Amino acid sequence: MTMPQRTSDSSRPVIEVEGLRASWGGQPVLHDVDLSVEAGEIRVVMGGSGSGKSTLLRYLLGLHRPDAGTVRLFGEDISRLGRRDMLALRRRIGVSFQGGALFNSMTVGDNVCLPLREHTRLDEHTIRIMSRMKLEVVSLAGFEHLMPSQLSGGMVKRAALARAIVMDPDILFFDEPSAGLDPVVAADLDALILRLREAMQVTIVVVTHELDSAFAIADRITVLDQGRILMTGGVDEVRNADNERIRNLLTRTATDTEVDVDDYLERLTQGVGPQ
Amino acid sequence: MAAEPAASLPYRLTGHVGRRFVQAVEEFGYGAALLVESLYWIVAGHWLNQPVRLRVVAAEMIDIGVSAVPVVAILAFANGGMMALQGIYTLQDFGAQSQVIPGIAMSVTREFGVLIAGIVVAGRSGSAIAARIGTMNMSQEIDALRVMGIEPVRYLVAPMLLAMLVMMPVLAILADAMAVTGGGVITSLKLHMALPVYFDRALAELVPSDIGQGLAKSFVFGVLVVVVAAGNGFIARGGAEGLGRATTRSVVLCIAAIVVADMIFTLFLSR
Repeated sequence: MTMPQRTSDSSRPVIEVEGLRASWGGQPVLHDVDLSVEAGEIRVVMGGSGSGKSTLLRYLLGLHRPDAGTVRLFGEDISRLGRRDMLALRRRIGVSFQGGALFNSMTVGDNVCLPLREHTRLDEHTIRIMSRMKLEVVSLAGFEHLMPSQLSGGMVKRAALARAIVMDPDILFFDEPSAGLDPVVAADLDALILRLREAMQVTIVVVTHELDSAFAIADRITVLDQGRILMTGGVDEVRNADNERIRNLLTRTATDTEVDVDDYLERLTQGVGPQ
Repeated sequence: MAAEPAASLPYRLTGHVGRRFVQAVEEFGYGAALLVESLYWIVAGHWLNQPVRLRVVAAEMIDIGVSAVPVVAILAFANGGMMALQGIYTLQDFGAQSQVIPGIAMSVTREFGVLIAGIVVAGRSGSAIAARIGTMNMSQEIDALRVMGIEPVRYLVAPMLLAMLVMMPVLAILADAMAVTGGGVITSLKLHMALPVYFDRALAELVPSDIGQGLAKSFVFGVLVVVVAAGNGFIARGGAEGLGRATTRSVVLCIAAIVVADMIFTLFLSR
């Protein structure tokens, strides 16, 4: 199987998910998810805690094999790719994890240099210059000698972003970019994501539960709830949606779950007491 | 309520033993797969543009091997001395104290030198490798490597394996030398024998097959430590408590694997 070139068919969505089903420990977490992301788009996958959005991201990244359905990146079904093709494909994507996932044993500079050292034959001076360019983009120039443990939460996210973009990827994935940040730093990061799209013409997928952030950066929003896609639409469409669960998410309304008394008692007493 | 078969003690006990057995088989298979994948990357990594970096191997060699030198040297020296003391006390009943020299030379090169090196490395690196990979696993660093197109086994485990295959025999030879020296110091004090005479006799007793047996064991011990420790790191779950459990389990399993492997070796190779 041959990898698509960087100049692949621009009319085709760069991410296509069809009928994706997944489960953890026998519990279904994604139910027949369909998703399509166009090149150059900023797509936000939004949902509450436990909605399955981070799980969906892991399947988009090819970290797990789905129970059913397909995930296509650049037109290639990633579960059918051989090892060599999968490695080549992964060089075309960048990921910024929720906690940054910087390598704690390396300096910030070495973290950013790592993909270049592993995937290119560039000399060390060029690698250093390229990594500093990316650190400039995320306003972390001069911090390359620090260890990740010496950075603030916002700086960790920006350093992780610098590492994610150092190979000039075609798709950038963000897992909860604003989580744990104060509103000002979160807004800065949103602005940075928008600038990156402008500068790099990159497709961006953001998984978040932060409404302000989602509405600030999204071209289209996919709302996920209990492993199912409730809707996909523009920012205004989602804002004006009349689906009750989406309204609850937007208005931060707690959901009351009907409790079956017999079920409740059975759950409490199962496996306890005299046999 | 009448007792259900599912709740009876023998049923639960059998179930528990069965689950443990299946888990052990699974982990054995996982370790074997880890070893095969590491060897695959060592051999084929270059052609897949994923070479095992010599710079990383050198760093691991320092961490696994060079840093262990003082502990291995002290333990081996003390062990050789103890063997000499015990040997002299036992053999003096027969007036054969001088026979302690071939005893030390043979048992150290065949058995105790490599065993001391193996146990020290299992204690130091067995815990360090499991803790390092376990921490990386929990902080999504392993996932980060994978999505960057860097195979974690190639990047983390294969260099450790290569470093261990070089350093374990070196440490085993060092342990042999230090144990024989320790035995020599005690022997010369107790039997009033000059050290050069002791070394002449000890060297005369050494045969290449004994040294070869020790070196063969050292390769196997090195592989066991890396596979068991890395495997425990990769399957570590459950935050700080889980990491502590994985680290402890790694050291215990590394030492157990080394002792059992040593017994199997001795069973088949002893003359």
